[in-house]
Amino acid sequence: MLNFTIRRLILAVPTLLFISLVIFLLLELAPGDPMAQVPLTVPPEVKEKMREALGLGEPAPIRFWKWLVQFFWIEPQVLIDHIFGTSFSAGDLRVISWQTRSPVMDIVVQRMPQTLWVVGTAYIVAILIALPIGIYSAYRQYSWFDQLGTFVSMVGFSVPPFFSGVLVIVIFSVQLGWFPSIYDTTLVVDSWESFVKQLQQMIMPVMVLALQITAQLSRFMRASMLDNLNQDYVRTARAKGLGEYVVVMVHVLRNSMIPVVTVIALGIPSIFGGAIITEQVFKVNGIGQLLIGAIQANDLPMVQSLTFIFAVLIVLFNLIADVLYGILDPRIRYD
Amino acid sequence: MTDAAKDKAMQHSSVQDELSTPPRSQVRDIWDQFKSHRGALFGGCLFLIIVLGVVVGPFVYWNDAKFLPTGRDFIKLRDMRPIYHALWDSGAKVSWVYPLGTDNLGRDTLARLMFGGRVSLAVGMAAMVLALFLGSLIGVLAGYFKKLDGLLMRLTDLFLALPLLPMILVAAVLFREALSKAIGPEGGVFVLIVCLIGITSWMPTARIVRGDVLAIKEREFVLAARSIGTKPGSIITRHILPNVLSPIMVSATLGIATAIITESALSFLGFGFPPDFPTWGRLLNDAVDRMTLFPERVVWPGIMISLTVLSVNYLGDGLRDALDPRIRGR
Repeated sequence: MLNFTIRRLILAVPTLLFISLVIFLLLELAPGDPMAQVPLTVPPEVKEKMREALGLGEPAPIRFWKWLVQFFWIEPQVLIDHIFGTSFSAGDLRVISWQTRSPVMDIVVQRMPQTLWVVGTAYIVAILIALPIGIYSAYRQYSWFDQLGTFVSMVGFSVPPFFSGVLVIVIFSVQLGWFPSIYDTTLVVDSWESFVKQLQQMIMPVMVLALQITAQLSRFMRASMLDNLNQDYVRTARAKGLGEYVVVMVHVLRNSMIPVVTVIALGIPSIFGGAIITEQVFKVNGIGQLLIGAIQANDLPMVQSLTFIFAVLIVLFNLIADVLYGILDPRIRYD
Repeated sequence: MTDAAKDKAMQHSSVQDELSTPPRSQVRDIWDQFKSHRGALFGGCLFLIIVLGVVVGPFVYWNDAKFLPTGRDFIKLRDMRPIYHALWDSGAKVSWVYPLGTDNLGRDTLARLMFGGRVSLAVGMAAMVLALFLGSLIGVLAGYFKKLDGLLMRLTDLFLALPLLPMILVAAVLFREALSKAIGPEGGVFVLIVCLIGITSWMPTARIVRGDVLAIKEREFVLAARSIGTKPGSIITRHILPNVLSPIMVSATLGIATAIITESALSFLGFGFPPDFPTWGRLLNDAVDRMTLFPERVVWPGIMISLTVLSVNYLGDGLRDALDPRIRGR
């Protein structure tokens, strides 16, 4: 198992390198000009200087190498400095945003908590709702509960977050006035009132995100339970005289959870992607909104770094899912 | 629309097939299974109604989507409410001429919905066809030719590891200007979005097709075909492709759904079509600013997107059951 993990980790390096190259080339080949917004009265030689100041003077391979060094060598050092108070990275040039002229990673670190709070809560809520629904629908297959569950998850698949988000805003904050429609990130939770406020503003984005995740997970849980419920070992357990609760919740559930756990791990990065839209709807200033803003402002270093962070998340959680599957299911041997 | 005409022609020929074949044909079996799936039948009908309404609607409907009233008409015709609004608010500004009201520039909402539906569905279908073509091509090549298998599957894995939504957003912004200049503002965006969605959604199809091709390649009839000297090209087109048609059709329906959602998401985020060329996502985006006053302008495009995707999803579900011979017996 350890062997497999190490092999996968080593394999992840070329994958990530290739993805960073694809992202770099996409931005490189694009016909846009970062100097397009500069007034025409600025003389060309000044423009050339500005271009060099942005780091655009050198040919593409050198810039790609510089970016790699900055991202993989200097930024980790900054992180280590930040944690242990050392000064490895002093004087090194970091990835600088064209918008704010400050290091990209600093802004990302500022924006991360909001995204993590909303996305993380939504994911946990969705798992807590989806698993019982999936288990019960499988146990009572074709009952009215199962039919209803199928329908609701179909609706959850089909209603895009930018519509369900707007719909809950219209219903709950415009018509009923229960929750604020805009997520206030400056809110400091230090008392009961502010905690209630935080809860109120989180309910709607979490609801919208959780609906989608629940739809997928509950279907998957149901299918996995159905696969296991007709197996011989279930009949054996029943024949031994075990109670129905123990049979379903211990014997069947533990076996059905194996693929579900990996799906949960695989779903995490795509949730970050989906959160881009939800953040836009509820005006949460997380990394999704940071990305949209950076794209609109033609801030290439920021876009490049953020897209790459998303890619790292995907590769990382793919790896985690593979390893988890091997650990949970002893029948799977990767060697 | 040529797509719709082609669809119609295909339906016609399949009906003829059904009439000329003996009672227990395969098509008949599939149709019977499909009929017994109530959700699928419902989804299929709903999708057909939406397509018909969007394609035929503008010819029947009396208002033009692009008509902009000017002068005194502008004041008179703008911000009209839907006709059902008169049920609870007798003073509302409604008219039977504008059943779903008008927007803040006086354009008819229903006409714009139909126009937007045409664009959304056209984008969805074109992107689906592109993704299907790429997916089947790569899947068949990887499954049939052992030498290409490793390379093409690594490529598929790499594409699956790309952060697709962010990259689509970035590419939509960066390439828009150049393409608009080359083909024209609307055509350029159309080509761009179709290509982006198509290029980023072929991977599941490729994987499924490869798996099926790997299994079918080892069957006796392929061996027989090869032993009489059939070339790989004609083995693929004559013997293998017809046998992997069912997974391709299922992923076609699901592909339309994801393509429509992705296009609407792009338009919603403001990276899609220009405002005077509405799609459902764009209409939704335009209406969000004033949704407290005019919630219906948000609700109608949203309902149309959701209903279309829901119907297509149910259709795909039913097709999967109908085309799977193991389930069909039951």
